[in-house]
Amino acid sequence: MRNSQRSQKIAFSLLFSATLLIVVPVGLIIVLIIQKGIPAIDWQFLTDIPRKGMREGGIFPAIVGTLYLVAGAIVFSLPIGLLAAIYLSEYAKDNALNRIIKLAIVNLAGVPSVVYGLFGLAMFVVFFKFGASILSGSLTLGIMILPIIITASREALESVPYSFREVSLSLGASKWQTIRHIVLPNAIPGILTGTILGIGRAAGETAPILFTVAAFYLPKLPKSIFDQAMALPYHLYVISTQVPNVDEKIRYGTALVLLVLVLFMNLIAIVIRYQFRKRKKW
Amino acid sequence: MVKISVKNLNIWFDSTQALKDVSLDIYANEILSIIGPANSGKTTFLRTLNRLNELERQFRMEGAVDYDGVDIHSLDTQILRKKTGMVFALPLPLPLSIFDNVAYGSRMHGIKDKKILLEIVEKALKEAYLWDEVKDRLSTSAFKLSGGQQQRLCIARTLAVGPEVILFDEPCSGLDPISTAKVEQAMILLKETYTIVLVTNNVKQAARVGTRTAFFLSGEMVEIDKTERIFTAPADDRTNDYIEGKFG
Ligand SMILES: Nc1ncnc2c1ncn2[C@@H]1O[C@H](COP(=O)(O)OP(=O)(O)OP(=O)(O)O)[C@@H](O)[C@H]1O
Ligand SMILES: [Mg+2]
Repeated sequence: MRNSQRSQKIAFSLLFSATLLIVVPVGLIIVLIIQKGIPAIDWQFLTDIPRKGMREGGIFPAIVGTLYLVAGAIVFSLPIGLLAAIYLSEYAKDNALNRIIKLAIVNLAGVPSVVYGLFGLAMFVVFFKFGASILSGSLTLGIMILPIIITASREALESVPYSFREVSLSLGASKWQTIRHIVLPNAIPGILTGTILGIGRAAGETAPILFTVAAFYLPKLPKSIFDQAMALPYHLYVISTQVPNVDEKIRYGTALVLLVLVLFMNLIAIVIRYQFRKRKKW
Repeated sequence: MVKISVKNLNIWFDSTQALKDVSLDIYANEILSIIGPANSGKTTFLRTLNRLNELERQFRMEGAVDYDGVDIHSLDTQILRKKTGMVFALPLPLPLSIFDNVAYGSRMHGIKDKKILLEIVEKALKEAYLWDEVKDRLSTSAFKLSGGQQQRLCIARTLAVGPEVILFDEPCSGLDPISTAKVEQAMILLKETYTIVLVTNNVKQAARVGTRTAFFLSGEMVEIDKTERIFTAPADDRTNDYIEGKFG
């Protein structure tokens, strides 16, 4: 009795300190960014183009560029990723080849983003001749987040109880009807989780957009998907390392905007997911 | 009239044989009870009739099952399953409202008209003795119902598709005596219009509702006969032992 209580306490404190160890640094970073970034945030900062060699003015083109890139990446990768996930989890036979494919996709999520950048450069910029453009950048980011979306969607699909499928089939529904009306609606929360992770990754990465879309300094908004664009992570990199004497508050302000933007996009997905979770009934 | 005819049915899952040379006929408008201890192949037998077993990768079958004189493998699977409804051992409502559960099958078969759907749902719920209990809350989640109500909902959902045969797999195994009585009552009335195959490990239930009873043991069908005969003068000693509770 004594002993089990003591090990209970030890387990609790270990688990608790591990959690603390994760939460504290993240919390500190966020506090730091907010504290140092807030002074930079005003209407002009959010809506003006960068001025005076990016040492003054705003970051509007970078905000817009990032929004375009993330939206483009999702528009490209969510449908394809979802279809692939449906194929892999519902239709693909459980043989060696398909198991290798699934394993490969899981591992692709771990490939360094700069590799995707080089791939995007070779594939979209050079081979397809899209040039450095929003299109190339979106496709590159889309390919980078495909494995995340496929893996999360597969897990979501596979977590829908098998018995639901049997019931649906036993009522004479076809396999596709079963997927469409029973499996998919119940997998949406999990699919959205994958999408959230994808959004965060796409919005934050610098390397994949470095060669495929990002403009060093482009004080106007893109007019079409074939235009170059500024983007927040790359802009942050530029003003932090390439341009001397940029005020600290502008750098932190940019980081803060990026952070809030990702949080905001995640929030949308979280709200949708919450709505669906409420309806989940087993 | 023979509705389903099973001839020399052998079934394997990988190397384990689940059914051994089973031959029997199921007549129209009878309740055929199938009794037998655990792992005797009762569920496997049922799931062969609507080809649900074939979803299993390791499944292999020999022999033939004829539905109205036609081999089930030459019928369209969806049509076969529409004609042979199934009620599973546990209540398995779909994560939908009460109405949508019952309307699900009809919708999948292309019925869109709200009024027709409502008629179908009402009729099926009445047949399953559930209408009065749920008519005021058709749009609430099916998971809000009690276990017994859920099982009758599943029966209604099966009926709504308009089957000819209904396969019950231990439909009362999770239910209390009152719910069980209600489900049995529903089954006896359904016999008028449907052919029923009832797998049960409740011997008394077989005696109460079955027109005929088959006894399965370790994948073999030991005997099949009129229910009174099985329970009063079975031909095989093993049947007698099982009914008297000596094993299983
Ligand atoms: N999907 C499957 N994969 C592998 N083996 C299976 C499968 N389904 C059934 N079996 C095997 O077939 C045999 C018969 O099982 P079945 O479920 O038909 O028995 P049962 O009579 O319905 O038993 P219970 O009364 O416990 O429901 C068992 O040995 C079981 O392990
Ligand atoms: Mg069984």
